[in-house]
Amino acid sequence: MKIGYYPGCSLEAASREMNESLRSVCDGLGVELDEIDDWNCCGATSAHSTNHLLSVALPARNLAIAESQGMTEVLAPCAACFNRLTTASHEIAHDPAVAAKMPGILNRPFNNTVRVRNLLDVMRELAPVIREKAVAPLKDLKVACYYGCLLLRPPEIVKFDDPEDPSSMEDVVRAVGATPVRWNRRIDCCGAAFSISRKPSVVRLGAAILDDARAAGAECIAVACPLCHTNLDFRQKAMAARGVKPDMPVLFLTELVGLALGQPVESLGIKRHFVPAAGIADRAVPVAAEPVAAVPVAPEVG
Amino acid sequence: MSHAETTGHGSRPAPLAQRIHALTELNVAKCYQCGKCSAGCPMAGEMALRPHDIMRLAMTNRLDRISADPAIWLCLTCETCTARCPNECDPARVIDAIRELVAAADPKASPNRLRSFHKSFLQQVRWSGRMFELGLMITYKMRTGTFFADVQSAPGMMSRGKLKMVHKKIRGIDEVRHIFEACEAEEGEQ
Repeated sequence: MKIGYYPGCSLEAASREMNESLRSVCDGLGVELDEIDDWNCCGATSAHSTNHLLSVALPARNLAIAESQGMTEVLAPCAACFNRLTTASHEIAHDPAVAAKMPGILNRPFNNTVRVRNLLDVMRELAPVIREKAVAPLKDLKVACYYGCLLLRPPEIVKFDDPEDPSSMEDVVRAVGATPVRWNRRIDCCGAAFSISRKPSVVRLGAAILDDARAAGAECIAVACPLCHTNLDFRQKAMAARGVKPDMPVLFLTELVGLALGQPVESLGIKRHFVPAAGIADRAVPVAAEPVAAVPVAPEVG
Repeated sequence: MSHAETTGHGSRPAPLAQRIHALTELNVAKCYQCGKCSAGCPMAGEMALRPHDIMRLAMTNRLDRISADPAIWLCLTCETCTARCPNECDPARVIDAIRELVAAADPKASPNRLRSFHKSFLQQVRWSGRMFELGLMITYKMRTGTFFADVQSAPGMMSRGKLKMVHKKIRGIDEVRHIFEACEAEEGEQ
């Protein structure tokens, strides 16, 4: 499998682990990531909060470059980047006034033919391969799958999974041998960009999320968004003031997959977390080579 | 499509509902105040005016009451309200539009920290094409005077390799700057 790749700004710095673990996992699964040449920032929340046209044009430049490189699909692992790229593509497709302005603003040809995909979408597609190659499954590890907002909403734009009861992350967690728990705050917002400008809100929201995961028996939380990771991992210490014990490891889905594939902890960036996750790494236990259980196939009808 | 759109009677602006419709094609009168949006809003506990209140005030042309409250700036743009609205009112987009209108009339209306964050963020993108976190933190702190907040986390970030110290411009930086200029010019015309 070869797919266009848009890392986005946070994967280069504060969420390096997501980039590292994703690249490591893709190597292991035979997925080739073709990075968009000279990509620019998607504009994230700041562009769409201040200038609507800018919020469409900044992502559009990246999609235009991807198109010129012959890409039909682009993986944007960051949930915000995925949401902004998808929204820009949607607006250009549905709003002729906006579409008409793009050539003059971009100075690039752009036919809006690239399909933007998120991390859960791609990992779910690879779940059978992950299951097959999981030499060190995370057996009996209880994982709370945390989706956050931007992967699922607005549903008419992202058109992904079920916006109220998603299951894509749970599918991947099962593929690595772990047990997803049923819990309530799977799709609640973590506070996102208020991490800097309004920290107490983020601490309040994060504490509620961690409390609920803990109450459901989770041993760790799986995330697929750099800002969710930061708000639940980096900010966990600040939640101690709200009576939350800062000991719930928060892992990127790709880190869990990498562990199950038997990849070394160093290649996955797990040591970069603020809440230590070494205990989770120890739960990836290599099994002796077993034949993959045959899935019963229903007899052909007619 | 002007933000100040007049009704033609002197210089009184058009009713808020009409101005919102001009920006978004949305009809706030569709809202029947079921409250689902507010029930799911993660910031509702911190807001005096919750999403369904804002929809009601939009219907009754009370921009004055909306502007006097910080509620629209507390919106996280998490889209939970829009995902749940049973009548497709898209409250998230309505609140977005109200923010645009209020900020166009008074650029200083938004709380300093939020405005400064967005300005600092976009400044980085305009300068180098990508968001450089260290640069963002420095310019944000200078704009808001929050010099000491999170300073203790800097060593932790650095030792984990999460704080990039150097930053390069992308090759197509002129394209990015042109995008900024063109979009600002368009917005200015509105």
